[in-house]
Amino acid sequence: MLTYGPDAGKLAVIVDIIDHNRVLVDGPTTGVTRQSVTFKRCTLTPIVLSKVPRTIQTKSLKKLVEAQDLNGLWAKTSWAKKIEVRKVRSNLTDFDRFKLMLARKQRRAIVGKQRKTLLKK
Amino acid sequence: MARAPRNTPLVPGVSTLSRSAAYKKKALFKRKKPVHKATVATKATTKSVKVTGPKNGGTRQVDVVKAPRYYAADDVAQPKKTRKTPRPATIRSSITPGTVLILLAGRFRGKRVVFLKSLSSGLLLVTGPRKINGVPLRRVNQAYVIATSTKLDISKVKIPAHLDDAYFKPTKEQKQKATEAALLGEAPKKEVSTTRVKDQKDVDALLLPIIKKSPLFKQYLNASFSLTKGQYPHAIKV
Repeated sequence: MLTYGPDAGKLAVIVDIIDHNRVLVDGPTTGVTRQSVTFKRCTLTPIVLSKVPRTIQTKSLKKLVEAQDLNGLWAKTSWAKKIEVRKVRSNLTDFDRFKLMLARKQRRAIVGKQRKTLLKK
Repeated sequence: MARAPRNTPLVPGVSTLSRSAAYKKKALFKRKKPVHKATVATKATTKSVKVTGPKNGGTRQVDVVKAPRYYAADDVAQPKKTRKTPRPATIRSSITPGTVLILLAGRFRGKRVVFLKSLSSGLLLVTGPRKINGVPLRRVNQAYVIATSTKLDISKVKIPAHLDDAYFKPTKEQKQKATEAALLGEAPKKEVSTTRVKDQKDVDALLLPIIKKSPLFKQYLNASFSLTKGQYPHAIKV
């Protein structure tokens, strides 16, 4: 995952390790062009694609990515879910936030009741 | 391409051709001169008045409008006439009829209200509705309002036309002489006029069925707005 620059927040696959500072990345399905990136500007995700030979071409990488369903794997991670939630939260309107507040209140009431009964035991 | 002008100025203020030469070149003599009609006969400025004295000639011509007996010694500066006219007020594009607004100032600050229509003075006509959160029909300045993206569909609601700026203009009360009873005794309670009460009820009756349609909307209008921990007014979407 790239963390800096115009491609920040996009996923890319490490295709080759250039030296101890830089890697060659490519993201045919996420809109990242093939480029070298320093380690400072990316973080590693737990997802590792199998059967990726060194300096694989963009075309064949695309096939691999689609075959192994990289986007699906990414969406399942709690990291991706957190990002999604953050996005939804920031787009809530005033009315939505009010409804959310009510829902949280309800949850609090239920949890609190249960907690009380458990503590009594 | 346009033809170069015949009569180019030599220096600013002096042109190549004299006035008569330009007249000739333009062949203005062939054209009809505009005839200015004589203005309507002037009104008589004098009138004859009978004089009844024994040695006076009987009648005398007197000015209809008497010449002023007093002239100011100094020139009195005439105030300039303004040629500016007030432009019609523009309302923010995010505020359309039915928008839920958050009031920021005044007695009802923090309340969420429904925007009904904009008035000719540029103020916004809003209501709580009063039945729900106590905010009556009221005019507010759009500067003291946050427009939310929540909208109520009031396109089919007919807001009474008599609710305009004149309707809300405060009536001046006659000043009464201060008496001991008036100053020290209890002030008489102001009564809300019956027309206001009726109008409020009418408008509420129009809005309430629409509000009822969407769940939790009534509670939403009843709750007041506030920022909580970690919420920044510039960063949140309203």
